[in-house]
Amino acid sequence: MANKKTALSDKKMFMRAVKDSFMKLNPAIQAENPVMLLVYISAVLTTLLWIVSVGGASAIGGPSAGYTAAIAIILWLTCVFANFAEAIAEGRGKAQADALRAAKKDVKAFKLNSPDTKEKGTTVLSCDLKKGDIVYVKIGQQIPADGEVIEGAASVDESAITGESAPVIRESGGDRSAVTGGTTLTSDWLVVRVTADSGNSFLDKMISMVEGANRKKTPNELALQIFLVSLSIIFVLVVLSLYTYSDFSAKQAEIANPSSIVTLVALLVCLAPTTIGALLSAIGIAGMSRLNQANVLAMSGRAIEAAGDIDTLLLDKTGTITLGNRQASQFLPVQGVEPQQLAQAAQLSSLADETPEGRSIVVLAKEQFNLRGFQMEEKHMKFVPFTAKTRMSGADFDGHEIRKGAADVMKLYIQSKGSPYPEECDDFVKRIAEKGGTPLVVAEDGKALGVVYLKDIIKDGIAEKFADLRKMGIKTVMITGDNPMTAAAIAAEAGVDDFLAEATPEGKLEMIRKLQSQGHLVAMTGDGTNDAPALAQADVAVAMNTGTQAAKEAGNMVDLDSSPTKLIDVVRIGKQLLMTRGSLTTFSIANDLAKYFAIIPSLFITLYPGLAALNIMNLQSPQSAVLSAVIYNALIIVALIPLALKGVAYREVPAGELLRRNLLIYGLGGIIVPFICIKVIDVILTGLGLV
Amino acid sequence: MMSAVLQYIAFLVILVVLAVPLGKYSADVMDGNRVFLSPILSPVEKLIYKLTGVRKDEEMTWKTYLICVLYFFFIGMAFLFVFQMLQDKLPFNPQNIDPMSWHLSFNTAASFATNTNWQAYSGEGQLSYFSQFMGLTTQNFVSAATGIAVLYALVRAFVRVKKTTIGNFWVDMTRATLYILLPLSIIVTIVLFSQGVVQNFAPGQTAHLVEPVAADSEGNWIEGAKIDLNTHTVTVHGKKVDDAAIITDQFVPMGPGASQIAIKQLGTNGGGFMGVNSAHPLEDPNVLTNLIECIALLLIPAALCFSFGLSIKNKKQGKAIFAAMFIMLVVFLGIIAYNEQAATPQLAHDNAVNIAMTDDQAGGNMEGKEARFGIAQSATWAAFTTAASNGSVNSMHDSYTPLGGLVTMLQMQLGEVIFGGVGCGLYGMLGFALLTVFIAGLMVGRTPEFLCKKIEPYEMKWAVLVCLATPIGILVASGIAAVWPDVAQSLNNAGAHGFSEMLYAYSSAGGNNGSAFAGFNANTPFLNVSIGLTMIFVRLLPIIGILAIAGSMVQKKKIAVTAGTLSTTNSMFVFLLIFVVLLVGALNFFPALSLGPIAEYFSMIM
Repeated sequence: MANKKTALSDKKMFMRAVKDSFMKLNPAIQAENPVMLLVYISAVLTTLLWIVSVGGASAIGGPSAGYTAAIAIILWLTCVFANFAEAIAEGRGKAQADALRAAKKDVKAFKLNSPDTKEKGTTVLSCDLKKGDIVYVKIGQQIPADGEVIEGAASVDESAITGESAPVIRESGGDRSAVTGGTTLTSDWLVVRVTADSGNSFLDKMISMVEGANRKKTPNELALQIFLVSLSIIFVLVVLSLYTYSDFSAKQAEIANPSSIVTLVALLVCLAPTTIGALLSAIGIAGMSRLNQANVLAMSGRAIEAAGDIDTLLLDKTGTITLGNRQASQFLPVQGVEPQQLAQAAQLSSLADETPEGRSIVVLAKEQFNLRGFQMEEKHMKFVPFTAKTRMSGADFDGHEIRKGAADVMKLYIQSKGSPYPEECDDFVKRIAEKGGTPLVVAEDGKALGVVYLKDIIKDGIAEKFADLRKMGIKTVMITGDNPMTAAAIAAEAGVDDFLAEATPEGKLEMIRKLQSQGHLVAMTGDGTNDAPALAQADVAVAMNTGTQAAKEAGNMVDLDSSPTKLIDVVRIGKQLLMTRGSLTTFSIANDLAKYFAIIPSLFITLYPGLAALNIMNLQSPQSAVLSAVIYNALIIVALIPLALKGVAYREVPAGELLRRNLLIYGLGGIIVPFICIKVIDVILTGLGLV
Repeated sequence: MMSAVLQYIAFLVILVVLAVPLGKYSADVMDGNRVFLSPILSPVEKLIYKLTGVRKDEEMTWKTYLICVLYFFFIGMAFLFVFQMLQDKLPFNPQNIDPMSWHLSFNTAASFATNTNWQAYSGEGQLSYFSQFMGLTTQNFVSAATGIAVLYALVRAFVRVKKTTIGNFWVDMTRATLYILLPLSIIVTIVLFSQGVVQNFAPGQTAHLVEPVAADSEGNWIEGAKIDLNTHTVTVHGKKVDDAAIITDQFVPMGPGASQIAIKQLGTNGGGFMGVNSAHPLEDPNVLTNLIECIALLLIPAALCFSFGLSIKNKKQGKAIFAAMFIMLVVFLGIIAYNEQAATPQLAHDNAVNIAMTDDQAGGNMEGKEARFGIAQSATWAAFTTAASNGSVNSMHDSYTPLGGLVTMLQMQLGEVIFGGVGCGLYGMLGFALLTVFIAGLMVGRTPEFLCKKIEPYEMKWAVLVCLATPIGILVASGIAAVWPDVAQSLNNAGAHGFSEMLYAYSSAGGNNGSAFAGFNANTPFLNVSIGLTMIFVRLLPIIGILAIAGSMVQKKKIAVTAGTLSTTNSMFVFLLIFVVLLVGALNFFPALSLGPIAEYFSMIM
């Protein structure tokens, strides 16, 4: 998802939101948000009252038609502002969806009759493909549907989905066999088995997710809505009873009922939690949108909320905690071997080794002994690549045989050649492992030369990051295939709370189950098919986009960047979403205090002149007081849209500190701000001679 | 000054000192542990189960538990209704008192079954002894026990993990009554009886007045009247009053008072044996009985906070809830005390009344207060009785200063959660705690949880209803009453104070409190029925809500506690909880109060 933002598209987005905010005045849409429905009904009611008052205001003796009209207009604006908040939040998603739709045009696909022959087949439209169909895709063609490569290997441009322009390799078998419809082959050919029917593809899911088309209210959103609706209902009762109380008191004082319906409706709208009611869905959409911007797709809004609750992160060591590759840091020769000899052998065996580890050995040899690879190039060398079977690599030249590999394999190799395996080697290996490094034993002609110390490089700042997470109550668990000794050393250096060494998929699943039974909520990332059970078990499971179909289906989020550190961002976004919801709710409710002080004295000042003392804002007149409060109520929605979209500030601090901070800003602020704003609006209204 | 302050402190300190051990004892009782009274009471308990066919180990789901509560509630109420309607045909009616009207009987039955004890009747004049001790006293015990039972159903929901049952209602009722309420009542009864509170089955007595008094045709006392007993003439300032009546004898009510008074205080019931409740010298004769009755008002509700902490194995949580309640109580007591002592400018005007506090007099606003209690003991009682949903009085709240009266009203409107009724105050407060953690939990970036259990839409729905039952009840009923014809005729005063009288009546019903602004004549068909229905609504809705929450919570797993978990035991939470309770109360009742006591206050100082 390319995040290209231009002034033009921003303007277009804005105009679309403005248009949408009027379109959303449709009662059927308003009904989905009960709090705003109340404002909507109030707007209709005051409009009717205005029409009646224009007809015969003097006969009724109620408030002036102008005042009623002003209230009606402001109430309509309140509805529009709320719609605008939602529309602008949806805007970014809609723009993304448009871009994705462009990638999802129907293309011609060559459907094979059988996977064995790549010639016989029929050309069909991609939308007619069914699950299980086999298609053949050539260089330059678009992959017509989600599928799994069953034959071939090719580079694929996935930028339409990930925004990443560098092509990725897709090949049959293993963990890189999944392809996505809408991506394009930039080399070779593939035979793909379709795994998703048209309309149900990954791209379709993506479009509907970013657009929020079938956005369901999350449980927490529902719970909050129950709270807000209950508050609204109780305020309806407050206002209704206030009318009868006022009538009762007026009768006793033998005057007319001082509270007009218009003013009571205005009071009701001011009291109802309209600020949060108007922004609630925008907050949810914006949270989803922020996640999309981080290039993570959540399969449901629920998953984002769950991310906020996560208290345990299972992090893969490689790529998250350590840099993806280990680096050679030391040559340790055994007795009787010159360091230079060891370095040279190690370098020779690694010359053709394009892995980062191999390259780092070449570099280290060059740095320490000024050995240069090309000096040896003239020798007739034959390189022996690393295979899973031999677990060794090396080179053969002039009758010599150099090998390097893991200690256990090398030990067997050396012994099979009839040489003794030096005890010193065992010592080195043990010491390196204790320090968290990886030992590579090097042998020439079946004799051990020594050990190369490959060091895991811990990422900069990762230990601090974990310390911050710990402060927030989030525990980190490192998952690694290393042996327990190595794992413990790296875990200590990186500052993770726990580790799982020699991790197997079953081990991960077991660990998640155990943590969950202790009441923890666990997040993890995964890519391989064998990760699927653990992904399905975890509370938040981020599947790598490069991963297999099974992994993607088991997870509840997909990381398009396939970055293992993404988990931390996901948690941050989840927490921020919930915090924004809570803070704006607090703000909205705290506002009511000032609104009471504005409206109540103005309502009853004719009945009990002493209540003028409650007019602490010293508002000009009862009418300006009510108008100011209602105008504030409408404008604050607009003022808070940026906050709703951006989310409240997030800090990695303990819960108590977060609460104190947010309470101070949004609780205390929510009490003070409206007093000031209402007074200012009152001054402006009076200054302009509007009241 | 000092002596008054010392009195306030003494009341509060004694309360806490007694509540702590009682809390421990009650926790043991409700958790089914052995206690020091077990050797005596255990056989009785077993006998009760044997006679009633209760199986002690039978566990109930929340629905079964609720059905039992409702069944028990309505049967009890029906019995009480019938007793009152037929009291002329039933025994123990030496005064030959007539049956009650249907609406007064409905109101009274609802009132006592709901632990409200609103009294639209006068005990000594309208109830037989049978109705008093078989009907009212029984309800005084069981309505309080019901509160404890429901509270403990909720406690079990927090303690148990992934279960479906929340205890056995009949066992909870039996243990709460037998081990907690009964022994405490016996102790209090004996002390009260020893201090002169009536306890007998004798008919009312007649006593000869030391000095005769005169009353006009409407029964009002004639001030400064000169009475000539020989000629039976009454003169005021030398002028003869023609239709004056001369009174030489006084009716002295008798009956089984002490036993009912003990439980009325302990069980947050409040229904006085006498019409004027504990302002009557035979209900609360002296400073010692006043101290005991006053402490008894809040004792069990305060103790249950500690029991709660012990039973959920989180003592700090119990203390935190206690702290929130206690802080609010102290603040509200302070406001009442200050305002009553300061009295009003009108009283002080031209030295009409000497409101100064001296060694000889309490000073302040003594209207409606007993001289034997003074300001301190009256204000404390007023604060305690409206904090606990007790409703017994030893002074007339109607005569309090506007702000003093406002506080008594507000404490009820907050939903009776400042200690509140036995059991129900605490579970009401836990409803507020759920609301608090919901908002606060979101603010720390987590979906909310309380005591390690997640709060989801289902719990939220019921928690909101638990918290808003009182405002809904009060606003709807008083809103209707405000436009109902003839309700204004029940008022004793006009204007803002008249409105306060009506608002107080419904607040009292809506908080299941039962105290009254004395001037209000509540015995009319409309008021009896509307107040009766309000009391039932605000009693049953929270019970249903709390049991539903319990039924859902008990099935949940526990979430681990981490640094990211919102603490619900620190001072921040206590502060927030107080804030939420006050905010909900203020938002709901600010308009109503501004037409009543607030308007009255501003006209007083203007």
